[in-house]
Amino acid sequence: MPGRRSLLKGGLAAAGLLGMPGVLRAQAAPIRLGDLNSYTTFAAFTLPYRDGLILAVEEINAAGGILGRRLELVSRDDGGQPGSAVTVANELIQRERAVMLVGTILSNIGLAVADVAARRRIPFLASEPLTDTIVWQNGNRYTFRLRPGTYVQSAMLAEEAAKLPARRWAVIAPNYEYGQSAVRAFREQLLKRRPDVSFVVEQWPALGRIEAGPTLQAVLSAQPDALFNVTFGPDLINLAREGNARGAWRNLPVVSLLTGEPEWGDPLGAEMPEGWIVTGYPYQYLDTPAHNRFRDAYQRRFNTYPRMGSVVGHATGYTVAAAITKAGNTEPDAILAAMSGLSIDTPIGPITYRRADQQSTMGTWVGRTAVRDGKGVMTDFRFGDGAAYLPPEEEARRLRPAG
Amino acid sequence: MDVILIQALNGLAASAALFLLAAGLSLIFGVTRVVNFAHGSFAMLGAYLAWWLTSTLAPGLGGFGFWVGILFAALAVGLIAAAVEILLLRRLYGAPELFQLLATFALVLVIADLALLWYGPEQRVGPRAPGLAGGVAVPGGVVPAYDIVLMGLGPAVLGLLQLLLQRTRFGMLIRAATENRALVAAFGIDQRRLFTAVFALGSGLAGLAGALMAPRATVHLGLDLSLIVEAFVVVVIGGLGSVPGAFLGALLIGQVHAFGIVLFPSITLVVVFLVMAAVLVVRPHGLLGAPEDGGPAPGAAGGLPAAPLVPPRAADIPFWLGGIALLAAAPLLLGGFEIEVLSEVAIDALIAASLQFLTGLGGIVSFGHACYVGLGAYAVALSVKQAGFGMLAALALAPLAGLAGGAIFGALCVRLSGVYRAMLTLACAQIVYAIAHQWTDVTGGDNGILGIWPDRWAGEPARYWWLVLAIVAPALWFLRRVAHAPFGLSLRALRDSPRRAEAIGLWLYGRQWAAFALAGGAAGLAGGLLAFLKGTVFPESLGIPVSVEALAMMLLGGVNSLNGPILGAAAFRGLRVFVAAETDLWRLVLGGVLIALCLAFPEGLAGAGARLTRRLRAERGR
Repeated sequence: MPGRRSLLKGGLAAAGLLGMPGVLRAQAAPIRLGDLNSYTTFAAFTLPYRDGLILAVEEINAAGGILGRRLELVSRDDGGQPGSAVTVANELIQRERAVMLVGTILSNIGLAVADVAARRRIPFLASEPLTDTIVWQNGNRYTFRLRPGTYVQSAMLAEEAAKLPARRWAVIAPNYEYGQSAVRAFREQLLKRRPDVSFVVEQWPALGRIEAGPTLQAVLSAQPDALFNVTFGPDLINLAREGNARGAWRNLPVVSLLTGEPEWGDPLGAEMPEGWIVTGYPYQYLDTPAHNRFRDAYQRRFNTYPRMGSVVGHATGYTVAAAITKAGNTEPDAILAAMSGLSIDTPIGPITYRRADQQSTMGTWVGRTAVRDGKGVMTDFRFGDGAAYLPPEEEARRLRPAG
Repeated sequence: MDVILIQALNGLAASAALFLLAAGLSLIFGVTRVVNFAHGSFAMLGAYLAWWLTSTLAPGLGGFGFWVGILFAALAVGLIAAAVEILLLRRLYGAPELFQLLATFALVLVIADLALLWYGPEQRVGPRAPGLAGGVAVPGGVVPAYDIVLMGLGPAVLGLLQLLLQRTRFGMLIRAATENRALVAAFGIDQRRLFTAVFALGSGLAGLAGALMAPRATVHLGLDLSLIVEAFVVVVIGGLGSVPGAFLGALLIGQVHAFGIVLFPSITLVVVFLVMAAVLVVRPHGLLGAPEDGGPAPGAAGGLPAAPLVPPRAADIPFWLGGIALLAAAPLLLGGFEIEVLSEVAIDALIAASLQFLTGLGGIVSFGHACYVGLGAYAVALSVKQAGFGMLAALALAPLAGLAGGAIFGALCVRLSGVYRAMLTLACAQIVYAIAHQWTDVTGGDNGILGIWPDRWAGEPARYWWLVLAIVAPALWFLRRVAHAPFGLSLRALRDSPRRAEAIGLWLYGRQWAAFALAGGAAGLAGGLLAFLKGTVFPESLGIPVSVEALAMMLLGGVNSLNGPILGAAAFRGLRVFVAAETDLWRLVLGGVLIALCLAFPEGLAGAGARLTRRLRAERGR
């Protein structure tokens, strides 16, 4: 990445040296997009996002840029800590003169950057954080969110979970806001459909520090009918493997958030437990012109298949292009006005940024896990449109702070 | 009953890898006195190597190939560690105690990025041990067959290590050096070879612990930091330098994990620290540790106490005032972002100076300094958001919160010494972290407290910088003043010769307690300023990385110099921010630069500066 960035800078300097007339040069100055994400602490999950974003920026520039100007991506590691992310956001705004911020995956970093955006009055598209407070309880007019949050994803899973005969449920969730709000939403939605279910045991391992054996055993000892899992990353893999070694998954139906997304599920390979009900991204089996075009271009450019994050990164780039094009300039207020209610096409279908809560209607897939040729895949999947699962706009507006 | 049995077995399985990890760390500390932050990184390397070797060898060679892969991974880590010891650590044994910690912290950064470059970002799953993929039925459930092998492996390695330590010449030397390094040297034993061998052995054990995890857990880039803290906890519970102690500690922590999950499912992490704190309160040297020989104080080098501080000279006053005037004029030259970085550097300097007050003057090592910084930050955030305080009133509260924290935790910590005390400070910080994280109604949990911005008149980066300067400069002056006041002198006396100092009537615990409170207050003030600079407060402000960065800044600057914290903060923060703006590989670059600085200036930047000034003065005098 650094190589590419200095190359871009070099190109810019060369263009300046050609001695174009001042006015012309000002018009041709690129539009700078500030991107920050946990590229070192969560490399496995953020690098595909950045690749998707890079692909989008390259496509946009190949098609003539935005408002006749090139879009230039300035990408930074947020350091994995809210404190350092604030420093990086300030650098992108003040030193790099970014017209807009995008990115972040960790919920607390998303919230910290949203706060900086509100203070510095610069539009921020929180691409990947899953916490819903970023658009609801802590929402501000400068912050939009792209991915479907925990509420939407849990609601989709609860709909499927309600069809299981299970009445006694167990929960394993990472002990932070993402895990807690996912469990809250799932419980609420499931009880609405199935007043007869009860939650008999809850395990709250610290993020990244699960003691998989004892945790799973504590759940099994309560003899639940089914399990709702919210862990991901190394925790998920440890848990899945521990269950495999103990034969725990044979008789325990599992509903699991995000496990069908290639970035979380693929490392398990043949150890992916079969028959779990998951949200995810079955990239292999999607066959729409838009997605085929995206998948082929991504494969050509990066020599690997797209992950969920790649789709989000790609959609992030096109959101920015559409918003600035619609705004007609790069003034923050114009971009904000353009973002509100903005509709764009993504590789996985059209999305709209809702006016009431500035959340996009991007959806995701729900399906079951299976193993094919030693790899985990999703089968029996269906697409759930975010618009169908988000709370109505009026209700969402009330969740936001006044003003 | 069945639940108890099966959880006990689960705990035993977890203990095995913990024991190997902790035994290695304990041996290294016992002999070389190096607090090795990179121990977790070596374990992570072992895990990656094992993943790579076993997935390459096991398909062709079956069970033999698998176990050979595990063994080779451990051996390779041992060799890498030997190289690191010879090229880096060996050159630093003469430096002030604790300084090696900075070098090993730099190693953590370097190894993290090298692992990313070598193995890529994906999480890896090592192949299962051939023939041990399934489970064994026991009353109450199933235990993985591989776990049963691990349960046997722990005691087996303990037995081998005990044989090595008790029955061989090498083991005898290790035991002798653990007890009294100077004596071993006096007998003409080649310390260099002994240290290299012990470092390789200890790190090889870490590599083995990591390698044994590959077939059952995830191999990923976060292993280094998640393992190192646990390893330190086990070592301290068992007693530094004691291999059987490490075994007991690992047994205990394994069971604490297994049953903590059943009893307190939502505070699993902090339970471990509570147990450690409880053990240390009852047994200040761990379960099987011997009381330390007093040992040299943190600032001491080569067995000599730190040189006395140079008293302030009236001739220096214009120099300082000029410096402050220059800093105040910085907004004329620098942009908004650079000014904000300058504010952060100044705040960091106060954090490092408060830690230096404790460590350099008081001889008290703290691994939990973030506690006081975070208390100050939360005091500000809560008083602004819950009580509607203005900026200045909130800032006035910040040092009080830090002071209260220092007074409370200091009272617990003064009775301990050395690394035990450092680990107790860490435990205190982790407990406060857990409270901030779990008490969602008040602290907002990990969603933090948002929107803590300075009053309008101080909102511009330049104006906030002037406010920071107007607060930090007097605070630093005050700490400096105290260092030269009778209180500071008595702290230094108690650091260098506690017995003699007590004999003339100085009360060790009382003075050290006051030092804790004062350092806490200064750190709390810095935390308050940080909250307004960042605009948000999260539990991370109480986290281990903040404590480690404070240590790194202090050591980089020089633990024995009052100017050290300023230089260390400027160098560390400046590098951290501006390198990260240039490359994603900032950890590699920052770590590399830190290692170079360690080798070039083993007495810290300020020490090197003082040496230079002395030489210049001498030349001028000639």
